[in-house]
Amino acid sequence: MIGILNYGMGNIGSIFNILRYVGCKSIIVEKSDDLKNIDKLILPGVGHFGEAMKKINEIPELVETLNFLAKDRKIPILGICLGMQLLTDFSEEGNVPGLSWIRGKTYKFPILQNLKIPHMGWNTIKQKIDIPLTSEIGYEDRYYFVHSYYVKVLDKASSMMTTNYGIDFDSGIINKEENIFGVQFHPEKSHKFGIKIFKNFIKI
Amino acid sequence: MLNKRIIPTLLLKNGSLVKTKKFKNFKYVGDPSNTVRIFNELEVDEIAILDISATQNNFKQDLKCLKEIAEECFMPLSYGGGINTLDKAKKIFDLGFEKIILNTAAVSNKNLITQISNIYGSQAVIVAIDVKKNFFGKKKVWISSGKKNTKKNPLEWAKEVELLGAGEILLTSIDHEGTWQGFDYDLIKTVATNIAIPVIAHGGAGKISDISKVINYSNASAVALGSMVVYQKKDMGVLVNFPKMNL
Repeated sequence: MIGILNYGMGNIGSIFNILRYVGCKSIIVEKSDDLKNIDKLILPGVGHFGEAMKKINEIPELVETLNFLAKDRKIPILGICLGMQLLTDFSEEGNVPGLSWIRGKTYKFPILQNLKIPHMGWNTIKQKIDIPLTSEIGYEDRYYFVHSYYVKVLDKASSMMTTNYGIDFDSGIINKEENIFGVQFHPEKSHKFGIKIFKNFIKI
Repeated sequence: MLNKRIIPTLLLKNGSLVKTKKFKNFKYVGDPSNTVRIFNELEVDEIAILDISATQNNFKQDLKCLKEIAEECFMPLSYGGGINTLDKAKKIFDLGFEKIILNTAAVSNKNLITQISNIYGSQAVIVAIDVKKNFFGKKKVWISSGKKNTKKNPLEWAKEVELLGAGEILLTSIDHEGTWQGFDYDLIKTVATNIAIPVIAHGGAGKISDISKVINYSNASAVALGSMVVYQKKDMGVLVNFPKMNL
């Protein structure tokens, strides 16, 4: 059973819809207790990093339970968009620490000529490592992005994919030992390209 | 690098899809879920659904139809029509839509722009600015499906909604809409070059070069297409399609 963490920020509905489409049962989880019976977790999120961490910290024992799932049980976890940024150590959006499951930080996009912020629309990725989650991804596969902050990982080995929008940033991040993955784009909004990622994730 | 978004924009009227010309002359196009399913198979960049009867129908949304769409389409979806409270916006977001389009309520209750933006992020709020020339050739902002003149200047209004928290502007020229004669390039350029948030150009596209021009000359970040994606050609029958283009 895949749990979709609902801490009050994000497109829970579209992730629920796509998991059903690929034939996987999921439940929307709102309390620490409900996390006990899941064997995979999706961490969604749209909005403000500082606000998201505040809400996560407000749910009793949530951070402890999440750490237990990630570090001890090592269940596969997929962070999406803001959910990926939360996996890092820190964000400039709110200047607060994240979950620190993947070493790296979240920064504001620099203002560059002709490039509007947020980075909104379809873009491509460059795969950095070969893992089951990203198997069968083609060179021309495209994904839908919406974000004003980007992640830069500390250790090269934590970069799963990169994308260019004025600068190169880490559009996919990984903690291989602990089965933790994050993607900056919205696979649930990226047609068959995103469906592939969900299909791969449920097989892990 | 990022591709410019091309967004089929579908008009819902009392449960059916229609196409208009200058916000009038409603022609039946088809069934909403079937049409959206075709666009889904064509892997379009994004879809905007505008319910042009919702405001008149007591600000009610056709949630059943929207649910069917969200359950099958895995692409960015935006919805506009009769959204005048935060609660109504929430219902649409919960279905799996990620952007709300405000038009009439953006004028009558500006606070709603900020409310939605604070909770769901500015990228979740599009303000639709519908523009029509008045008797003296001055371009003004109209609301209520083009029935009411607010007498606002389009650029001033765009700047104001940007400050209020809108993340995008859907800029429509009522005079050009459904005419196949090309966009109001200068209107779009004036707005797009003077605000920081993306402008989606809408109204008048008839050929691929119109799309290139509104991107390259007018600086639009995205393009909304109506007639071009539901008709075979000007004055011809319905054909749901998505033109191949190299912009």
